[in-house]
Amino acid sequence: MALPETISLSQARTDFRDTTVGRLLRRPSALLGLILLAGILAMAAFADIAFSGDPLDMAGMPLLRPGEDAAFPLGTDMMGRDLASGIFHGARVSLLIGGVAALVSLVIGIGIGALSGYYGGRIDRALMRVTELFQTIPPFLFTLALVAILQPSIATITAAIGITSWSGLARLVRAEVMRLRNSELAQASIILGASDARIIFRHILPNALAPVIVSASILVATAILTESSLSFLGLGDPNVVSWGGMVGAGRETIRTDPHVAAIPGVAIVIAVLALNLLGDGLNDVLNTKGERR
Amino acid sequence: MSDPVSREPVLAVDGLSIGFQTRRGLLPAVRELSFSVRSGEMLAIVGESGCGKSLTALALLGLVPPPGRVTGGTVRLEGRDLLALDEAALRRVRGARISMIFQEPMTALNPVLTVGEQIMEAILEHEPVSRKAARGRALALLERVRIPDPERRFAEYPHRLSGGMRQRVMIAMALAGAPAVLVADEPTTALDVTIQAQILGLIDELRREQGTAVVFITHDLGVVSRYVDRVLVMYAGRKVEERGTRDLFADPLHPYTRGLIAAQPRAGAGPAGAERQRLAEIPGTVPALAAMPAGCAFAPRCALADERCVQAVPPARRAGSGLVACHHAGETHAV
Amino acid sequence: MPSDAALATPAVATTGASTAAAPVLRVSGLSVEYRTARGVVHALDDVSFELAPGETLGIVGESGCGKSTLARAVVRLLDPSAGTIRLGDTDITHASRRRMRAARRDLQMVLQDPAASLDPRWTVGDLLAEPLEIHGIGSRAERRARVADLLGKVGLPPEAAQRRPHEFSGGQRQRIGIARALALEPKVVVLDEPVSALDVSVQAQILNLLTDLQRTLGVSFLFIGHDLSVVEHISDRVAVMYLGRIVELGGRDSLWRRPAHPYTRALLDAAPRIDDGAAPPGPGLTGDTPSPYELPSGCRFHTRCPIAADLCRREAPATRALSPGHLVACHFAEGGTPPSG
Repeated sequence: MALPETISLSQARTDFRDTTVGRLLRRPSALLGLILLAGILAMAAFADIAFSGDPLDMAGMPLLRPGEDAAFPLGTDMMGRDLASGIFHGARVSLLIGGVAALVSLVIGIGIGALSGYYGGRIDRALMRVTELFQTIPPFLFTLALVAILQPSIATITAAIGITSWSGLARLVRAEVMRLRNSELAQASIILGASDARIIFRHILPNALAPVIVSASILVATAILTESSLSFLGLGDPNVVSWGGMVGAGRETIRTDPHVAAIPGVAIVIAVLALNLLGDGLNDVLNTKGERR
Repeated sequence: MSDPVSREPVLAVDGLSIGFQTRRGLLPAVRELSFSVRSGEMLAIVGESGCGKSLTALALLGLVPPPGRVTGGTVRLEGRDLLALDEAALRRVRGARISMIFQEPMTALNPVLTVGEQIMEAILEHEPVSRKAARGRALALLERVRIPDPERRFAEYPHRLSGGMRQRVMIAMALAGAPAVLVADEPTTALDVTIQAQILGLIDELRREQGTAVVFITHDLGVVSRYVDRVLVMYAGRKVEERGTRDLFADPLHPYTRGLIAAQPRAGAGPAGAERQRLAEIPGTVPALAAMPAGCAFAPRCALADERCVQAVPPARRAGSGLVACHHAGETHAV
Repeated sequence: MPSDAALATPAVATTGASTAAAPVLRVSGLSVEYRTARGVVHALDDVSFELAPGETLGIVGESGCGKSTLARAVVRLLDPSAGTIRLGDTDITHASRRRMRAARRDLQMVLQDPAASLDPRWTVGDLLAEPLEIHGIGSRAERRARVADLLGKVGLPPEAAQRRPHEFSGGQRQRIGIARALALEPKVVVLDEPVSALDVSVQAQILNLLTDLQRTLGVSFLFIGHDLSVVEHISDRVAVMYLGRIVELGGRDSLWRRPAHPYTRALLDAAPRIDDGAAPPGPGLTGDTPSPYELPSGCRFHTRCPIAADLCRREAPATRALSPGHLVACHFAEGGTPPSG
């Protein structure tokens, strides 16, 4: 038998610095994004402990400026609602809607993209027509219409955002799956006799995931923005506090008490910025991960 | 035009060292490499992937890409040290006195310019001639590299040409400034054998007629045996043997060279009807840059290696018509 | 372990004469067409050959000759437009996906670039166990034992099972690709340029490994390559292809010592080789291979053939036997020169 080329077993296992997470943490902007996101997650998690009352209840004097009363560090709005409590509880709603809506569009987008890219032909043409239909309607107006018809609630808003934002992802997944379907990776599996399901789920999708992860973080950011916009326009769930709703409520006092609209506005900006920074970092890290040749 | 019988080398490389700057420090990729080429001579630099041959080729034109950098030595072209020149001076030399052709011409050709325009550009870069004169010269060059129907090809875009045609265009561009030295980095590796033979024949003809010195970088010993005058074998960044072509193949001295020659399957070798022979193998793989042995880099794969080889890098020694860097060279060859 | 048929002694096909044992693979009249925006490409045209148990048939030719199309059509990655492919007694030319999946136990393939064909996320152990898992062979423990056995067969240590493909060198990865193809104990393995991306010293290791494996396992190889020396070295018989057709097929000795087709002769002349004498090469072929969209009339080689005559421009030469087992498709194969001009 041929003498093997010796494998150097001393070769160190990939150290942490070279893993995806390790390399992500070495990028200052991505690290900042992660820290901000962790802060928002913590706010959502501890909202009930930090502010046990209903954030929609009147808590003190209306229109307190930040710092004016130690009990209300961020002040109150014209109904006397605690802005700090609203920010904490609003983080929950924003993250929940953003996360679940992104999940909905991921499921639809990956499903359609994978079927379309793997099978091609007639299935591809039919699914892509549907996708184009969704792409041609401006997504925000579409969402607005859906929510208006379905009556605003957390569930309908989430569903509406999810249903209207998967088309770009479907095209992305389709392109990746198509590339991998014609690659030697898929051919090797076909030759072994693997079923379509095995090839798609065990070989193609895991290898197509990098750009999907990147766009998922952007999807969450976009969903948060959409939800805020809906709430600002008064199409939010009236039973919960949300950042967009808070901005909308502060609109009337924007000349006299700009902080009421500005504070939730800053929260939205930070959340979206955090997710974008993370997305950019992931994009750099995952795309430069060329396998050693 | 350079004098074809000049004994003075037109290109002389002395002690060239190239390294990669990494987080873990400087990794040497080419070490103390010396060689020279005379006008009209063809020298092959042969070695397997990672031996530093392509990096050497790039260094000859001052084109080593970061994180690589030249860490020592001189590259004298017609007496001038290229490594001491600034970028502006280098640009004047490149294309005019020394030029290069690559494995994949498509990466070096501009897809949105016609073949003719690109050759004209190469001419105008180095000479203040009229566009009309440049056009005439470009057509002559296309003819020179045996492109059929040059008038028509002049107006074509690179993607319309076959791989062999593209390589001819590259050669025409490289010759535009009538350089003294042509560096050819695996120019035929991507081509079919019948096309490869055509391109090799063309390069050989050009150096004979124009006295251009050619440095031919290749991984394939078979490619060079018919055309080059001398062969320099590299292993893990160092020269291990440099000999006249005939001597090298008749009597290779370094165990690595012997291994390479023996590992090459030969068509039609052996008696008719013979059982399939096993090929001679070189066990193991090339050491990684970061894990270079202290002594002879080939020692871990060498059947002759002993204590001396593990401890000390063998110096290059004179051996008949050439040089060999092996503690055991000159001992009995039987491996 | 291999079945009885595959264990039969390797065919000694030195003269290229057909062997007594029934062929494991029979390809006849195989054609493949692609429809593209520029028109129809006849990538493969009327290709026929047989593969005996334990034999290696080499397919050699330059780019565009259809050798890779042939490899892909044989394993049904491409659908043939005409002809038949028989694996043992089974006609697999139009086998459904389901039936084809069963047939793949006997028909495997090694792809050129193991870096691209081995999933970078999987460990080598999982990659080698996958074919067994797909076909429901053995328990988990049995599969693990089989993986260790396979690694040993291709000269890799058992620890390799825990590592991922990128931790290996090119040669080692190709060993993994070969082990994966052998996991199901197939009767036929198609090797598509398996050593083209490797350095010479590593190439020799892989070629020797293939020779050894064939001797112990009795498997048949269809070896696709562009390097004549490599194909000649590994093969019992060799088929030379040009523009989608087999122009010459014979035992490697007779083909190399008495090449009858002018294209085979040109290939042999042009092939880089180490010859101490450094004999100057012949004039060689002029021009490029014609575009597959605009195939020449008559004999497809006539545009580059040094001995082409009028007949060649008009009529495609039929394939005929020069001697038993040595086939050629050329009007002037015997003389080497045409009657005149």
